[in-house]
Amino acid sequence: MSEFRMPSLGADMEAGTLVEWFVGAGDTVARGDIVAVVETQKGAIEIEIFESGRVAEILVGPGEKVPVGTVLARIEAPGAPVKKASAKKAPAAKAPAKKAPAKKVPPKKAPAKMAPPKPAPPMPPAGARLRISPAARRRAQELGLETAGIAGTGAGGAITLADIEAAAASAPGPAAAVPAAAPAGTPQASMRQAIAAAMSRANREIPHYYLSRTIDMEAALGWLEATNARRPIARRLIAAALLLRAVAVALRDFPDLNGFWIDGAARPAAHIHVGWSVSLRGGGLVAPAILDADTKPLETLMAALRDLVKRARAGGLRSSEMSAQTVTVTSLGDLGADAVHGVIYPPQLALVGFGRVQARPWVVGEDIAPRRVVEASLAADHRASDGHRGGLFLAALDKLLQEPETL
Amino acid sequence: MTDDDLAALILARIADIAPEADTADADPAMDLRDQFDLDSMDFLNFAIALHEALGVEIPETDYPRIRTLDACVAYLRGKGVA
Repeated sequence: MSEFRMPSLGADMEAGTLVEWFVGAGDTVARGDIVAVVETQKGAIEIEIFESGRVAEILVGPGEKVPVGTVLARIEAPGAPVKKASAKKAPAAKAPAKKAPAKKVPPKKAPAKMAPPKPAPPMPPAGARLRISPAARRRAQELGLETAGIAGTGAGGAITLADIEAAAASAPGPAAAVPAAAPAGTPQASMRQAIAAAMSRANREIPHYYLSRTIDMEAALGWLEATNARRPIARRLIAAALLLRAVAVALRDFPDLNGFWIDGAARPAAHIHVGWSVSLRGGGLVAPAILDADTKPLETLMAALRDLVKRARAGGLRSSEMSAQTVTVTSLGDLGADAVHGVIYPPQLALVGFGRVQARPWVVGEDIAPRRVVEASLAADHRASDGHRGGLFLAALDKLLQEPETL
Repeated sequence: MTDDDLAALILARIADIAPEADTADADPAMDLRDQFDLDSMDFLNFAIALHEALGVEIPETDYPRIRTLDACVAYLRGKGVA
């Protein structure tokens, strides 16, 4: 018998609200299955289970908010004698949160190599689950609307904000009269709080150093354009995927930038799980992981990126993606700023940033020519590495981007 | 399909990608990316959605020609969308 606990999905998560179970007592589960949805400060996350077996009992019911570490369910190992699946729905509730996790203190016994849980299979098991955008879920909560009966008109039948508003308008009672603003205490405000807590800790504890290097992108973008010209539209690549791939590959030689600072020491990670910053419409951001980004070919990475961004915005991020990040990459896109001076997400060691790609007069050989360039930046933890190492990393990144065909 | 119908179809694709966008008040001459906060991934998804809805091939080099609502309508007409 083992215990399935409320996972920690990020440095500053203290508690989560169980929204929905996809399994019940007596059901068989396999490693990697998505078994529940938990609402966190960063939205609703699908929770995977990391062992196979049979659900013996569910201890925390929908709607209950419990601290990280609370036992949510008990799992019997496969082959264990089937105890008369005591339909005795454990008096659930008040799961004794005996071991409330030490707040804001990293795990005491961090193994030397922080090997995050084995990534789950790429696709969740099929099942008719409620698809709902975070904004819609939030609004429904504000309105006190039951989402189960609402027909979704979004992609894949997802319930959108408009569906919620429509349902609220047609619903009787005072629900529709609730103002749309997000006052303190709403999920929107709580995401702000989660970001505030993580970033305050970063600036309080991490002695950042910042470096940047302007990278000539003509070779990379020229290669990308030639590649895309030969491809059907659905298989085209975007520059962000190329940048992500280059960062992941470059990091292989820089373990002092990929991993964590825990208990007074740098702990290089065994994998390169890149947290990719996705800004959410309506405010806030999440940086879920692209698992093993350095081993995925560009094509696979592009597909993973599309899928991740879509789920970050529409709902459906998984617990493994919210807890495995070993480094963060943020790309502000074509319309934003020239450069990023990043804040590291603790306890990670570094953040790599990209500003917008822009045409600039550039010295090429003896001449000045218009070239498209991007400013790549590194914010790194000075306890774990020095500027010299950081500079070498940016140089390695530059070199990779001059040979895009090798990426 | 009238120009208005085509514009409505285009805005419906935007609304799928950016559900929070207020497409009812779209400025037909303004860059869709600025107007609805679309990044390069969103814009690629927009082009894919137009392709799927209308069967039009949109090479990457033509992306600048579909960046406003008016330009997009004109471009799709030029591609034979009736």
